Amino acid sequence: MTTIDWLLADSPTSRLQANAGRAYRMLRALMRNPLAVIGGIIILTLIFAAAFAPWIAPESPLGQNLEARLLPPSAEHWMGTDELGRDIFSRVVYGARITLVIVALVALISAPLGLIIGAVSGYFGGWTDKVLMGLTDVFLSMPKLILALAFVAALGPGIENAIIAIAITAWPAYARIARAETLTFRNSEFIAATRLLGASHSRIIVQHVLPLCTSSMIIRVTLDMAGIILTAAGLGFLGLGAQPPLPEWGAMISRGRTFILDQWWVATMPGFAIILVSLGFCFLGDGLRDVLDPKQGGKS
Amino acid sequence: MSNNGNSKSKLLSLLTGIAGFAFVVVLTFLGLLAITFFIGRVVPIDPVLSVVGDRATQEQYDAARIAMGLDQPLWRQFLTYVTDVARGDFGMSISTNRPVAEDLARVFPATLEMATLGIIIGVVLGVPTGVWAAAKQGTWVDQIIRVFALLGYSVPAFWLGLVGLAVFYAGLGWVAGPGRVDIYYEGLVDPVSGVLLIDVLLIGDTEVFWNALSHLVLPSLILGFFSLAYIARMTRSFMLDQLGQEFITTARVKGVSEWKVIWSHGFKPIRVPLITVIGLSYAALLEGSVMIETVFSWPGIGNYLTHALLNADMNAVLGATLVIGAVFIFINKISDVLYRVLDPRSKS
Repeated sequence: MTTIDWLLADSPTSRLQANAGRAYRMLRALMRNPLAVIGGIIILTLIFAAAFAPWIAPESPLGQNLEARLLPPSAEHWMGTDELGRDIFSRVVYGARITLVIVALVALISAPLGLIIGAVSGYFGGWTDKVLMGLTDVFLSMPKLILALAFVAALGPGIENAIIAIAITAWPAYARIARAETLTFRNSEFIAATRLLGASHSRIIVQHVLPLCTSSMIIRVTLDMAGIILTAAGLGFLGLGAQPPLPEWGAMISRGRTFILDQWWVATMPGFAIILVSLGFCFLGDGLRDVLDPKQGGKS
Repeated sequence: MSNNGNSKSKLLSLLTGIAGFAFVVVLTFLGLLAITFFIGRVVPIDPVLSVVGDRATQEQYDAARIAMGLDQPLWRQFLTYVTDVARGDFGMSISTNRPVAEDLARVFPATLEMATLGIIIGVVLGVPTGVWAAAKQGTWVDQIIRVFALLGYSVPAFWLGLVGLAVFYAGLGWVAGPGRVDIYYEGLVDPVSGVLLIDVLLIGDTEVFWNALSHLVLPSLILGFFSLAYIARMTRSFMLDQLGQEFITTARVKGVSEWKVIWSHGFKPIRVPLITVIGLSYAALLEGSVMIETVFSWPGIGNYLTHALLNADMNAVLGATLVIGAVFIFINKISDVLYRVLDPRSKS
């Protein structure tokens, strides 16, 4: 029996085999979607660049060389150099780390928060539901970027505060989704059976409700990644996010703004990195939705 | 008699509907106020310092603390805040030395002008693009439109603005640069409505009109691109839902031309949900204009907000946040109501 046979078995003998088989089938479906594959490759490249930045980048992201100021793109400096003579390509590669950290932290804070609030709200119903969803709706009805700007204004500029501000504006959408998912199976028989076996509310929510919400959550988080990256870059551009000399892409564009008419590469190059990575997350999210949630995607 | 009772109960249900709606709107606005209050008074470690600045003397500090009512309990501070805002008092701006409400009234029309032109561009180009993608589903046309629309989710607005300026203003010279009009036209036009294009037309100055338009066209096109992306994507998915229905197959079997199948059979039912989408993206444009205005030095609410942010002018930040949030909520609720009024299914 080969590994493939084991993965595709019709009657899996263990939970591990069932899960692995499901993951394998989804991966195969994803691989058939060209845009999702491109998106996946872009994300893997981002992770790779972030992990191995010191080996990929030809120069240090912070080392200044005033003799090599504002050089146009060439074989030596693929993306040219900035006003302090730093190699822009090296800075873009190191910037992948910052982007990855922002994206990962925002997802790690806001997705579980939204998941728990939504699941609790949907599971208990009644007043709990009314209060929690009222709160969620107020946050949802606010424009995200403006809310993040106002939070950073109050907390003070900096990358940590930018992450907190973005996470605060991101969770309500996840709470809504988790609640909607929970409502569809709250009254189903397996939940009733677990309850009859004497499981506590918290055990039911953690063991049975949350896992069923994760697939729609993963789709939504992946699709939201582009927005998170753009907001973080926007905060950096306004000088409210990552502070210089950190090679954050938005802040780099802001520095290059002064030279946009003569030395176009300084502001343009980090922008391409933002577009590429955001697009990668969009492609992957779109593909994931087609695979995991067939009723919403195109019927291709 | 029974007819009379019927219309009475209809009126009653309409009234309870309106009352319920008003209740929700009021609650949402109170929530918005609670958030801005929270951001202004609770989040900063020392709200007084964020108003008077760190060079203030101890007397100034204490005076400001009492003037801001910080010696009062939190619930009373919130009550004062709500009544102040209801009276249109957002406090003074420390960077312009004018009441924030006055500043906002001056800058808001500029944003409205840009966002309105942007949404017109987005609707006029986005809806046909979405319908086209749905009609050609699965072909390369669909894929190209899909990538193009996803670009609208992935391109930073400020970056597109900078590149647009470099290419179309500095490079090709097709449009005018940052600002609302060229510097020598500045102050020539008395603000009547505040919307420059209208004010200029009122006095009939075509020279200034064309100048203002050439300043407006690039930022509006860029804003329009973002709403185009969203509207096209939503239109495509609505259209696909319709085109999969059996009445479409019936129409095709009967030999109705493809053009008619798409535009009269497929498109007509999605006009109502599209209104909600257009409302949502109009509200989103008011938000998106923050970045665009900063890049184009457009004297609107977004530019005002970012200036206030950089000067730590908290009253101005909260006032602008509140106004943008309120307009956002208002547009969303209006499109909600329009949906309910226009959707024939909700009339039964």
